[in-house]
Amino acid sequence: MTLLAPTGSGHPPPAPPAARSGRRRLLPYLLLLPGAAWLLIFFGVPLVQLAAASLYDPTGSLSTGYAMTWAVGNYPDVVQAYWPQFLRSFGYAGLALVVALLLGYPLAYAIAQKAGRWKNLLLVCVVAPMFTSFLVRTLAWKTILSDNGALVGLLRDVHLLAPDGRLLATPFAVVLGLTYNFLPFLVLPLYASLERLDHRLLEAATDLYASPVQAFRRVTLPLSMPGLVAGTLLFFIPASGDYINAELLGTPNEYMIGNVIDSAFLVRLDYPQGAALSFLLMAAILAVVFDYLRRAGTEEVL
Amino acid sequence: MRVSRWLADRWVMIVALLVLGYLALPILVVAALSFNRPSSRLSYDFNEFTMDNWRQPCATSDMCDAVVRSVQIGFLATVVATVLGTLMAFALVRHRFRGRSGINVLIFLPMATPELVMGTSLLALFVSAGVPQGFWTILIAHVMFCVSFVVVTVKARLAGMDRRLEEAAMDLYANEWQTFRRITLPLVLPGIVAAALLAFSLSFDDFIITNFNAGTTVTFPMYVWGAAQRGIPPQVNVIGTAMFAVALLLVGLSSLRGRRARRANLLAGPPGHLRRSS
Repeated sequence: MTLLAPTGSGHPPPAPPAARSGRRRLLPYLLLLPGAAWLLIFFGVPLVQLAAASLYDPTGSLSTGYAMTWAVGNYPDVVQAYWPQFLRSFGYAGLALVVALLLGYPLAYAIAQKAGRWKNLLLVCVVAPMFTSFLVRTLAWKTILSDNGALVGLLRDVHLLAPDGRLLATPFAVVLGLTYNFLPFLVLPLYASLERLDHRLLEAATDLYASPVQAFRRVTLPLSMPGLVAGTLLFFIPASGDYINAELLGTPNEYMIGNVIDSAFLVRLDYPQGAALSFLLMAAILAVVFDYLRRAGTEEVL
Repeated sequence: MRVSRWLADRWVMIVALLVLGYLALPILVVAALSFNRPSSRLSYDFNEFTMDNWRQPCATSDMCDAVVRSVQIGFLATVVATVLGTLMAFALVRHRFRGRSGINVLIFLPMATPELVMGTSLLALFVSAGVPQGFWTILIAHVMFCVSFVVVTVKARLAGMDRRLEEAAMDLYANEWQTFRRITLPLVLPGIVAAALLAFSLSFDDFIITNFNAGTTVTFPMYVWGAAQRGIPPQVNVIGTAMFAVALLLVGLSSLRGRRARRANLLAGPPGHLRRSS
């Protein structure tokens, strides 16, 4: 929803009043001070602290204290130990993103262009899952995918699943959970873009003998690009850092990098390792995001 | 042929409704499970209908303690974040100053950073500063990640406002304070209320950041997480269902009020603040 803010319509600052007293010039800084200070102290400074912690001597411990030794070796160490979980995080998040696009695009399009007077109701239905707790909803999938549940029974009966086949505790369950949990974040910006789509452009395309597929590819898709880009990022960033779905719907074989970071900080109490993993996760996400933005940007120009 | 024609016209809507079904399914399951008497502590299957969970939602008392704590933290975090964020939004929309782009980055970054990174970095800070984790560290963390969302929401409402209304008030000899009190504030209020509701729901439902900064304090999501390992009491689903019902009621009421307000006065400017922020 919010990633659009910097790319979307900027708010031009209003014209300044002709006469400006000193008090007036100071006012914006006074208004900004408490919030900006909070963000600096509790968002900015911790990131620096995390970077520092990732370079602590890994032989220290919480009780004896950590020495700052600029142990850059922590990074290759954690990559060597946990690269499968890293790959899995981005693999699952990427797969979930593809599924979410296939499900979310028609949904956003239908609400924006076909729903008519039901538009608001359908929008509420998209947001409705977020009215209740994320964890409770994820646990509900445990019931739906349960070995004794109706779904598994049905799939076994039609031989889509072996008689002892399972849905729960598989990569399928984790990807399904990720798709489900972050789908609204993809649909909402996409809807916002598609809603502004001028229907006459599609009619013009049809008049000029474009097939429905061509009209979609050459008109609808390019015009929905801003929403598509924002929605993909809003989906991908939390999905690749998520470990709740892997923990509740998967097994240690499906663990993502978040599970490892969680246990490094809260179970093994290995702060240098946890900090290095956290920092790598952020760097990897930023790299993927910027690469994607660059590509999306050029496509938009085409 | 008729059938395929009908399908060709409506397949998008049909797919959309199926996807909405996928989104709704877990909520229905949560509601159903709130009436379930599970066969064993670790069972997630529907066993037998009962009203007991609704009659005694606090049968497991530590769960209700956790809910109360979540409400307390959510309320305090909402108040602080809404005040800080609204002030920032006013500064950004109504004033020109140096360093605007830096402030915009500072507001944008927390929304683009994975929760995991924010949670672990705050933990690293608190540990190195020797701050014991608990209620107050959770509150600090929640205010931090709510502020940006408040700024964005209020900013959108402020930017969509017709400034001529304020000019008109000033022309009619209202002083600055009167103009703010009688014109600006009532017009921005829906944006502030929306921001506060958003902040509360973000805070109430947060697990990842809280998990790293809670110490031994247990919020509702932390309770559910712990219980998932020991066996979930069915009352968790009662809370889940009740939350859903309350939120739905609020949305229903606000849309009713919105419709009436739109009919009653055409002053309110473009009702598009939600669209703008999304």
